[in-house]
Amino acid sequence: AAMSKKGLKLLVDSLTRSAKHFNKSEVECLVNLFDTLVARSSSQFAGAGFDRTVFRDTLHSAFGMTDDVVLDRVFSTFDRGNNGCITVVEWVEGLAVLLRGTLEEKMKYCFAVYDLNGDGYISREEMFQMLKNSLLIQPADEEPDEGVKDLVDLVLKKMASTYLLVLFLLQDYDHDGKLSFADFEKAVREEKLLLEVFGPCLPDIK
Amino acid sequence: IFSKASSSVEDIGESSSETEEDEQPVRRQEGGTDLSPEYWGIQKLAKYVKGGDPTATLIALCSMRDLNLSQEACQLAIKDTGCLEVLINLLDTEEIKCQTGSLKILKEISQNVLIRHAIADLGGLEIMVKILDSPDSDLKCLAAETIANVARFKRARKTVRQHGGIKRLVELLESISVGSSCQAKDTETARCGALALWSCSKSTKNKKAIRKAGGIPLLARWLKCSHTNILIPIVGTLQECASEPSYRLAIRTEGMIEDLVKNLSSEHEELQMHCASAIFKCAEDEETRDLVRKHEGLQPLSVLLDNSENKQLLAAVTGAIWKCAISRENVLKFQEYKTVEALVTLLTDQPEEVLINVIGALGECCQEQENRGTIRRCGGIAPMVKLLSATNRALLVNVNKAVGGCAMEPENMAVIDSLDGVRLLWSLLKNPNPDVQASAAWALCPCVENAKNSGEMVRSFVGGLELIVNLLKSKDREVLTSVCAAIANIAKDQENLAVMTDHGVVPLLSKLANTNNNKLRRHLAEAIAHCCMWGSNRVAFGEAKAVAPLARYLKAKDPLVHRATALALYQLSEDPNNCVIMHENGVVKLLLAMVGSTDDALQEAAAGCIANIRRLALATEKAKYG
Repeated sequence: AAMSKKGLKLLVDSLTRSAKHFNKSEVECLVNLFDTLVARSSSQFAGAGFDRTVFRDTLHSAFGMTDDVVLDRVFSTFDRGNNGCITVVEWVEGLAVLLRGTLEEKMKYCFAVYDLNGDGYISREEMFQMLKNSLLIQPADEEPDEGVKDLVDLVLKKMASTYLLVLFLLQDYDHDGKLSFADFEKAVREEKLLLEVFGPCLPDIK
Repeated sequence: IFSKASSSVEDIGESSSETEEDEQPVRRQEGGTDLSPEYWGIQKLAKYVKGGDPTATLIALCSMRDLNLSQEACQLAIKDTGCLEVLINLLDTEEIKCQTGSLKILKEISQNVLIRHAIADLGGLEIMVKILDSPDSDLKCLAAETIANVARFKRARKTVRQHGGIKRLVELLESISVGSSCQAKDTETARCGALALWSCSKSTKNKKAIRKAGGIPLLARWLKCSHTNILIPIVGTLQECASEPSYRLAIRTEGMIEDLVKNLSSEHEELQMHCASAIFKCAEDEETRDLVRKHEGLQPLSVLLDNSENKQLLAAVTGAIWKCAISRENVLKFQEYKTVEALVTLLTDQPEEVLINVIGALGECCQEQENRGTIRRCGGIAPMVKLLSATNRALLVNVNKAVGGCAMEPENMAVIDSLDGVRLLWSLLKNPNPDVQASAAWALCPCVENAKNSGEMVRSFVGGLELIVNLLKSKDREVLTSVCAAIANIAKDQENLAVMTDHGVVPLLSKLANTNNNKLRRHLAEAIAHCCMWGSNRVAFGEAKAVAPLARYLKAKDPLVHRATALALYQLSEDPNNCVIMHENGVVKLLLAMVGSTDDALQEAAAGCIANIRRLALATEKAKYG
């Protein structure tokens, strides 16, 4: 739906404040881009936003992101309204984190992407899901999934170790092995390389 | 563990200033044939790196860092499993995260000498140099820090240079703003660059390359920063390069002496040490010695002598004091700070590298008469004389000079003699090294001059006179000069002169006459002058053809040469045949010019010589015409 000039200005001002990392002209560009994407999208949302397919195509062509599982999850983090449609607000604010987020914002974002069922924890099963295609060469004499399970163990050992230790001390030792956000945050602060530990979900610097 | 370096021919030209031996990777004998537990752990992780996508690779790399990478077993396991190649291959990809993860490991394990040789063998250095072009500054820092570790041996340093590494490392020092507000990120990049340059600068060709790449003004700029963690590698690099005259000149002209002096008062001993080292090397030049004084650097140096625990620091400080003391104005300043007293306390129980500098400093301080007395009063003469029995060449040269300096005072001379010091000096004339011989001979001059019963003392050294006369056969000019000076002194005693004549001193001195070196000419002429005063030596000198060359000395520009030559000619002119030769060689005209000299001794000798020649001429005339 076409917006009045005044309405556009109000929108741009508001988004510049809420997204924090873009200036006004950058926001304007993003809003224009949004409109093109909406035009491309199916009309099921009556112009309020664009759908998952358009989103995935855009991210693929703009940032070279190819992993389906990851793209799906990214869509879900953008789609805060949880209605399968990305509004202009969700679009601009989402991109703000993706492109210029602070370490705190990126950590929250990545964790949300990796938390496949959104229950606040990254479980062993979820890790397996995300890593199952990461080992390209499997030795013939090993069970195919052994390597991936091993990788999952390595991650848990590295990132959840203090968590397990604390629980153990509190007599609440949970053998399940899962990562809370606190675990994730602590580990990433110590070693920034672990930010995208389960797969790339941020655009490359290039 | 490390065997003696056996550098190849090309390596020798590479780094002539290196005093450290190049390391050789030698593996310790391992007990047992079982592979260590670390081996299996690393092999498993290496498998994930090799066979996984970047995500799996990163997980494996991060896990690897949790292993105890500073332990040798771990480091060797990485090499033996072939994981090292995998890590280096990762560097060659464009995946910044994988490169970062790999470098974090390589940086740690390259502290191991075997690993860094292996990294160089596998072509890792070239790749790391390329990474210095990356836009990611964390990655650049890691690459530079790793290069700093690997470049601890010659071949690695050469490789870095051959692949354009020096230029890129110097570029890391370029940052937008330096000054009181050193930005943290810029400082870190520069710090890592400086660390790598410091390692690389141990090779002479790299010192030149750094300069050609415009490194000096950048080093000067960072020297003004106040962060210790970057100052240390910057000063480290400067002091390493200060063995090159071009660097010493730049350090002086770019105002770096002021900063070096300032940092002598730092709280960090390592920084103090490097600053003192730099000053030690630069103070070879007089202008620098003046600058150190002008920027009030002499006092902090003196104060640092109190810290005798840190031997490396002490060696650097005493070295700086030594060289600064070459200038007399500095010696006067040091007197204010009671430096001489402090130095004397360091004459005992110190490692050789400290002693050499302490003695060197005391030797220079003897320029001032007051200090010679101070040394005696502080009980410094006995330890000095004891050091005459040392074997280290550099130490002996300095000790000789110091003892000689002290011997200029008769009171000191008495102490030296009572401790048998002169005999020890004399036996150093037998030392195979010409520098030791020469410095011993120089020191003997004041000894012979100032000792009581000097003639007897000299005679008491069995074979001593024969020894010193035979040194006139040496091929080393400094030895010849110093021996002539000593002989001039010894010859003042008639008996000793007679003995020296028996040993052939006259022909040996005469053989040296054809020299153009003014210092040798001067002392040779003095020796001849004094040796004339026995028996028929005057005639013998004439027969040995010493007179004509001496005549040529009068044409030199050095007034000290004139005086010594005039004295010699005066003595020689007592013999008529010599007068004839002098006359034929135009001596009269030259000496006439000197009769009006303000130098009394020269005046008298010139006049006396001319008179002798004239008298002979007149007598000849008379004989001719009746």
